[in-house]
Amino acid sequence: MSAPELDGLDPSEDSGNPFDLLAEDHDEGHRWAFGTGFTDPLAGIDMSVAEGLGPGALARYCLALGDDALIYSHRLQQWVAGLPELEEETAVANIALDLLGQARMLLARAGGITGQTEDQLAFFREEKDFRNVRLAEHADRDFAELVVRLLMFSTWRLALFESLSSAADPVLAAIAAKGVNELAYHRDYAARWVIRLGDGTPLSHSKTQAALDALWPLAGELFKPDPYALGRADQGAFDAVLDIVLATAGLDRPTAAPLAPVDGRTGRDGIHTEAMGYILAELQSVARAYPDATW
Amino acid sequence: MVTTAASAAYDVAATTPDPELPLLTVADLGILRSVDNSPSGGVVVTITPTYSGCPAMHEISADVRRRLERAGFAQVTVTTQLAPPWSSDWITDNGRRKLAEAGIAPPSPAPRRTGPVPLTLGRAPSPACPRCGSADTRLTAEFSATACKSLYRCTACSEPFEGVKAL
Repeated sequence: MSAPELDGLDPSEDSGNPFDLLAEDHDEGHRWAFGTGFTDPLAGIDMSVAEGLGPGALARYCLALGDDALIYSHRLQQWVAGLPELEEETAVANIALDLLGQARMLLARAGGITGQTEDQLAFFREEKDFRNVRLAEHADRDFAELVVRLLMFSTWRLALFESLSSAADPVLAAIAAKGVNELAYHRDYAARWVIRLGDGTPLSHSKTQAALDALWPLAGELFKPDPYALGRADQGAFDAVLDIVLATAGLDRPTAAPLAPVDGRTGRDGIHTEAMGYILAELQSVARAYPDATW
Repeated sequence: MVTTAASAAYDVAATTPDPELPLLTVADLGILRSVDNSPSGGVVVTITPTYSGCPAMHEISADVRRRLERAGFAQVTVTTQLAPPWSSDWITDNGRRKLAEAGIAPPSPAPRRTGPVPLTLGRAPSPACPRCGSADTRLTAEFSATACKSLYRCTACSEPFEGVKAL
């Protein structure tokens, strides 16, 4: 039997199918996970550092903001396939993707100054060289902790990115301005869930209050003065948002003291909680075992 | 002549489909920002991501380059532009029509802000059903299969549908 005629379809013609490109990429040695083929997210952007800005300080600050997003994104990715509803699966996966995108641009900005790729920074640094706040690395014990932590993180990061939208470095300012729209969406999502759970059943209320009490000590570090910062999150704005949400949810604002620094040092100084080693082991293991792998 | 080269290159680049919404081109979506002549005689295509983590940027960049090279343009450079950030307001009228035809509700005008971003605890009005036209629809999820869309259900015809987020 001869093959059926494909009316009007000439296989030699460009089908216009963008997925055909996947094969072409392999020909060029491109890679899909880590590796140089995952193109620079800042390709073509002027990466010079303005006079008056210390390149080292700018790189370190972008690294810290990138690490916050990278580590928190990883924590959110760990939730995928374990969430209570399909809608929450897509929400958390989308939020993790937004943060991963922010991480890639921020690590690329830092690495563009220090001469490292985003992959080198993400996969081949030691724990003490990660600058993320300790809130980012917390392991959520239940869905209440997931949404309370997302509310705290996104409210803080949104306030910070609004400030950074006019940062002295135009690349960082553009990354922040883009992130503002995404973070506003994350914050609204988290706030609605905190209210729904806090103002829900006695069980959901008590679990959400417990989540708040457990996470509150990690908030203090967010407003610790940072000598490398090019913008600042207004703690008054953070408090105002939290107060509105907690009051609407019928939750009590905790009074717990901030998690103590270690010898005066916290996440920004490379001091992390026990959870961090496990995150990096999972995040980095494939890249370290097969540094030249292609996909 | 110089202007003509960039203009012709724009027409080629503008045919590139979006990998996640192949019925729309990058021009329809407002992702294609400009095409210019480079001083060395090549063309520089400037694109912008819809979302920071948009996984389609790599494919779009490669596809734009391939189309231009096939059309005879040499020295094609594809650059990223982040500022100002992409807005769903940049989706063209043609793009909005194609979205609706594909059963995806086009976005409402993006919120205009001066000052701090307000907390939104209520839900934004949901778009009309792209299938039956009913305004009686409800949001079922803020996030959908791609970063740029939300999920809705039409109460009148019971069909679920996606809508592009206003950003």
